[in-house]
Amino acid sequence: MTVIPTNLMPSRDDRPIFIAALFIVAILTAGTAYTLQRFGSAPLLSPNYLLQQLQIGAFLGIVAAGMMIVILISQIDLSVPWTLTAAAMMATAVGGPWAIPIGLTVGLAVGAVNGLGVAYLRVPSMIFTLGVNAVMRGLMVAHTGGFAPDTAATGLMRTLAAEHVFGIPNALFVWLAVSAIVAVMLQRTVLGRSIYAIGNKEAAAYLAGVNTKGVIVVCFALCGLTSGLAGVLLAGYSQKAYQGMGDAYLLPAIAAVVIGGTNILGGRGRYLGTLVGVILIVLLNSVLSIMEMPEAGRQVIYGGVIILMLLVYGRSEQVTS
Amino acid sequence: MSSDLAIRIRQNFAFLTAVSLFCVVYLLYHVAHPKGFSSAVLVQNGDEVFTLALVAMAQTVPVLAAGLDLSVGALMTMVGCFASYLLSGAPDGTALSLDLAGWRLGLGTLPGGVPGILIGILVCLAIGAFAGLINGVVVVYGRIQPIIATLATGAIFIGVALFLRPQPGGKIDDDLNWALTNSLGDFASTVHIFNDGAAPWFAPFAGVPTPFVLLALIVLLVWVPFSRTVTGRAIYAIGSAEGAAYMSGLDVNRARIAAFTLGGFFAGCGGLFLAIQTSSGNADIPQAGAYTLNSIASVVIGGTSLLGGSGGAIGSVFGAMILRVISFFFRIFDIAPLLQPLFEGIILLAAVSIGALRVLRVKNTLELFR
Repeated sequence: MTVIPTNLMPSRDDRPIFIAALFIVAILTAGTAYTLQRFGSAPLLSPNYLLQQLQIGAFLGIVAAGMMIVILISQIDLSVPWTLTAAAMMATAVGGPWAIPIGLTVGLAVGAVNGLGVAYLRVPSMIFTLGVNAVMRGLMVAHTGGFAPDTAATGLMRTLAAEHVFGIPNALFVWLAVSAIVAVMLQRTVLGRSIYAIGNKEAAAYLAGVNTKGVIVVCFALCGLTSGLAGVLLAGYSQKAYQGMGDAYLLPAIAAVVIGGTNILGGRGRYLGTLVGVILIVLLNSVLSIMEMPEAGRQVIYGGVIILMLLVYGRSEQVTS
Repeated sequence: MSSDLAIRIRQNFAFLTAVSLFCVVYLLYHVAHPKGFSSAVLVQNGDEVFTLALVAMAQTVPVLAAGLDLSVGALMTMVGCFASYLLSGAPDGTALSLDLAGWRLGLGTLPGGVPGILIGILVCLAIGAFAGLINGVVVVYGRIQPIIATLATGAIFIGVALFLRPQPGGKIDDDLNWALTNSLGDFASTVHIFNDGAAPWFAPFAGVPTPFVLLALIVLLVWVPFSRTVTGRAIYAIGSAEGAAYMSGLDVNRARIAAFTLGGFFAGCGGLFLAIQTSSGNADIPQAGAYTLNSIASVVIGGTSLLGGSGGAIGSVFGAMILRVISFFFRIFDIAPLLQPLFEGIILLAAVSIGALRVLRVKNTLELFR
């Protein structure tokens, strides 16, 4: 038997990341070939263009970071769209120096409510967060009267979301900071290990002395917090908050997490994968818009890519006993 | 002696709660409505309930096998877009062609008149079932978790719908629209049966809304027989214990594919009716999402466990009707329409939270984990 050094073989959790990264290279190559042939230029390879795309991707990346935490404990948060919108609307409505803290607090509070419902009432998160999403939507519609609020983002929100330092968008720094915190939390803290334990087998984690209810509440609160942060930044980026600003973030965030190799049933997955998944989705979107692909084709390709990636590495084992 | 009844009641407690809740709110609605208990109100309610009821049934079947279907709204939308081409009812037939990247592909002509409409309906339902079959094949042979597989196929279905109808449009035969979205009397006079609906014995039924009759027919002729077949029971078995179902020799793969296919058929019925009712096809992404989410809510309110294995499509029909009746209340009581989403959310949360109170009675914490 030949012995393969284990450090050269990609581990089970690294393989998706590796394949997704290869796919990103493939997207960039195909897109560049297209632009070279059609326009005679290669905008996809210019650092400025890539940075601009990543700036837009930062909002999705921040949402996906929180979503990943929740998926790791084999739950899901469908309240992201209106948590994000509510945080943005409250932040712009309050304004001044308190705008950002208020936005984050709204996100944290909604997330905590989700967590309490899932952990203590044991309502499936799928349906509880759906209800919370409807309540938040109702509150915001009642608050704004159904119109776009005529409030504006504060200067600090704009600085964080839309301006650059040394040519690098600030939103990218925020995304990096969130990423670093989440990655360290998942790998190096008791909370992180408890999250993986609960995702693998909640009953076992409970018997091993993990405060499962507490961890679940914290996970949902963190997901709410990242949604709130994304909402605050998005409001800063587009100068204002508006109805439905969060709708485009829920499903892509779930897709990014899953493409990055996180098991939708929880307990397995690395944060680096989610990062790669977000970049993949953002670049795929930008290549499709360069190709002037109509919305119909985009949706088909989008769905096809998710299935293709999962067929390569996301297949679950057959239940035979 | 009485224990048999007691056991049955206990087993169907969630379903019976949903039915009684529906009866209470619907009676209240009719009492409060100025034209309550009239055929016109029933017809209007039937039209508004039918599509969601069918989409909720579509969601139920995969959920019973412990797999959520996030594509039901998209599938419904896609079938509706197909219907807006196939059911135009032009007297000299509808020419079918496909424009693909500059290529024009002729697909022949659909005959005009009644045969054309009947063929069109069958084709639409077949498309729905086929799309459901694709879901099932991806889940079973691709071995991808249903929730994420249907998220992806849902995007594909919406893409096809957008390709068919980049802008809302199309046309549905007027007679078809009139016959199916009104009372049985109007149906009879449109299709010229029972002496154009004037037969004396038919009079007591003339005011019954056609959508409710269609709904009952689909439940009685499709769902009830199917749930009693081996495959139907296997779906429940997968939901309660997949490993045990496999070890008992049930064809787990076939049952799961059947669950998604039947779901696709139901969602196709819903999309077909929505297109007939609105007389157009519309690839409306937010609407598709709303139907998917409302279908999950209906399933839960109707007493089906999201973990699979218990419940049924009839409960989901009542769940869908409860959701709809609640929104009717906003019309008759002068509640600001702006508060409607808030109330809907609070009611959904309250319903699932009350259902969850059993948690407080559980003595062994380990029983909570499943």
